[in-house]
Amino acid sequence: MCVAMPGRVIRLEGRDAVVDFSGNEVRARCGLVTVVPGDRVLVHAGCILQKVSEEEADGMAALFEELAEDGT
Amino acid sequence: MTDKILMVHGSGGEATGELIREVFGRAFGYDPSAPLEDAAVVEGAAGLAVTTDSFVVTPLIFAGGDIGRLSVCGTVNDLLMRGARPAYLTAGFILEEGLSVEVLSQVAASMAETAREAGIRIVTGDTKVVEGRGGLYINTAGIGLIDAGEALPSAAGAREGDVIIVSGTLGDHHAAILGERLGIRTASRSDNAPLTDMVGRLKAAGIACHALRDITRGGLATVLKELAEASAKTFVIREEAVPVTPAVRDFCGLMGLDPLYMGNEGKLAAVVAAEEADRALALIRASRYGQDAAIIGEVRGGEPGTLLLTTAIGGLRRLDILQGEGLPRIC
Amino acid sequence: MTEDAVREYLARYDGPELRLMEVCGSHTAAIAKNGISDMLSPRIRLISGPGCPVCVTPTAYIDRLISLAETPGCAVVTFGDLLRVPGGRGTLQEASGRGGDVRMVYSPFDALVMAEKEPSVTFIMAAVGFETTTPLYALMMEDILEKKLTNLKLLTALKTMPAVIEHLLENGAAVDGFLAPGHVAVVTGSGIFRPLAEKWQMPFAVAGFDGMSLLRAIYVLARARGRGEVFNLYPQVVTEEGSTVAQALTARYFEPGPALWRGLGVVPASGRLLKAELAAYDAGSDGLNDDSGTNEACCCGSVLAGRMSPPDCPLFGRVCTPLTPQGACMVSAEGSCHTYYSYHRR
Repeated sequence: MCVAMPGRVIRLEGRDAVVDFSGNEVRARCGLVTVVPGDRVLVHAGCILQKVSEEEADGMAALFEELAEDGT
Repeated sequence: MTDKILMVHGSGGEATGELIREVFGRAFGYDPSAPLEDAAVVEGAAGLAVTTDSFVVTPLIFAGGDIGRLSVCGTVNDLLMRGARPAYLTAGFILEEGLSVEVLSQVAASMAETAREAGIRIVTGDTKVVEGRGGLYINTAGIGLIDAGEALPSAAGAREGDVIIVSGTLGDHHAAILGERLGIRTASRSDNAPLTDMVGRLKAAGIACHALRDITRGGLATVLKELAEASAKTFVIREEAVPVTPAVRDFCGLMGLDPLYMGNEGKLAAVVAAEEADRALALIRASRYGQDAAIIGEVRGGEPGTLLLTTAIGGLRRLDILQGEGLPRIC
Repeated sequence: MTEDAVREYLARYDGPELRLMEVCGSHTAAIAKNGISDMLSPRIRLISGPGCPVCVTPTAYIDRLISLAETPGCAVVTFGDLLRVPGGRGTLQEASGRGGDVRMVYSPFDALVMAEKEPSVTFIMAAVGFETTTPLYALMMEDILEKKLTNLKLLTALKTMPAVIEHLLENGAAVDGFLAPGHVAVVTGSGIFRPLAEKWQMPFAVAGFDGMSLLRAIYVLARARGRGEVFNLYPQVVTEEGSTVAQALTARYFEPGPALWRGLGVVPASGRLLKAELAAYDAGSDGLNDDSGTNEACCCGSVLAGRMSPPDCPLFGRVCTPLTPQGACMVSAEGSCHTYYSYHRR
């Protein structure tokens, strides 16, 4: 469940952040996580749930290799 | 003239006359010396196409358009899709008490401007006033002319091997309207537009569209599914080829909607023979409102009435007509 | 591991039959949207579990919302999904058509604005959702208290994931692994699924929502069959412990309680209710556990548990269609029957 999308914080307005999604601007509450303009964030129903970490998932490649060796 | 519509404007007396003179007369052109007749008498042709549509959109004025422009485009495009030349338009207005006369004037001016662009004449109209909350509803009926011996596109006309073209990006109108209603600022603007130039160019170049539909409510998937059913063919389209702006794509993501089912008001889907496809595409791209046109798929034999989408990751999705309303989801 | 290799493995898989359940409506929708079922070997079956909070909402809850919407001076504030869900006496959309006051919003915080703007109206927020959405209602509760708003109340139908997964497994669901809900895990942390994975010795893959992420997650579940482990494949936003802020907010205003899941019955402690001291802000959520008025031949319970495929239900596609849904799974665009009807029919 739970439609949520990553967007980028444009500016802060009081307790809210204005978040851009390719040209759509949504006001979202920041009560769950501290953000600054420029942060990539995950928004669900007008609320920022989490910051999106920019670094690639390094562990993933190793996991897939390990599984491929184990598997039959 | 007052600045709000009152019940007396529907009385049929002096106030009605003032409304017609001041608002519609000013917008649509009005010759005070000519007698006001009960019906317009116009010239015909070998064949006539007749269609009607009612417009109830809110807000009345939105990014990229308004209910007046919409009410002309909707009817003009329906005539064009049947291969007719749009000629005459009627306009019926239902005004709710309290409607701003300034808004009404703006809407009427927009209708007049759009009709000029579309090459259709507004020849008769009607106004009623009802109690309410300042709303405005418009019905338009259109008459189009068809010359003798012209080959007309039909929903059942798609043939195996034909190519499917869509005239531009999808979902812009729907996103613009929904964004306004939900208070989300969006870069999307309504695409409401008369497709007279586009269809005219295809016709002038001798391109025979086997099927032609404007893509309105229900979106591309609904239109193509209906064409596939009427033609008893399988339509296959490619997800990656379907034009969608990043703004609409993300708007849909936010709302849990699907661009394939988003409404449009100035787009068409054309089914043409494969050997004419590149020429048709070039003509559409060169026409007004057609710059983002794309070839998105083809017609195959297969199971009759089937619409398939090959997805970007290599999957296959079967598409149906829109079920229910396109309401935003959270979950 | 290239994308092609993942695709190739899943298309050619010829090991023991695998039944994988997704318990997130957005996963169900993304699987359908990307056409993933057609990319898998016939030996891999995807089953849609109870992952759509709207679908599993009991009829008594909808009926209560309808009667509130039709009470003079009251307005019901809701997400779009809930409008078409049938209760025992119609839908909220129909109530709105009859003159009931129903307001559709994108965000629950819109209700705060309405309540401040129209103090003479009592607004009822239809607070539906899983762990992802509950913290939003907690933030809303915080505002209600801070602004001393007396005209905004919640009618809750809040549910939690691990409890219902446990319930399904205890009742013999035929499943070999779970696609764990990515956005629930943002709040709860992926670790919340560890006890389930270990107890039932099956893999859980926390997955994102684009097509390739789902294929990778299915690949991991296929490779890790029989291993009681949790794989976090959505590390961009999911951590082991999740959002402690969101968890603390939820715990400040809500407490566990029994909840009825349409089609599955009452699952103890699987719900979240406003704490007793906040009763003044509750529009009567407790005890809305009646699910009568649904079609008795409806097989949603079996479908949600993976024991039956939608077209095997005697109502499917005949009396039960997206326009006339008889049960939970046909209601929302994310329900398993709705999805099946839309994408696999004929």
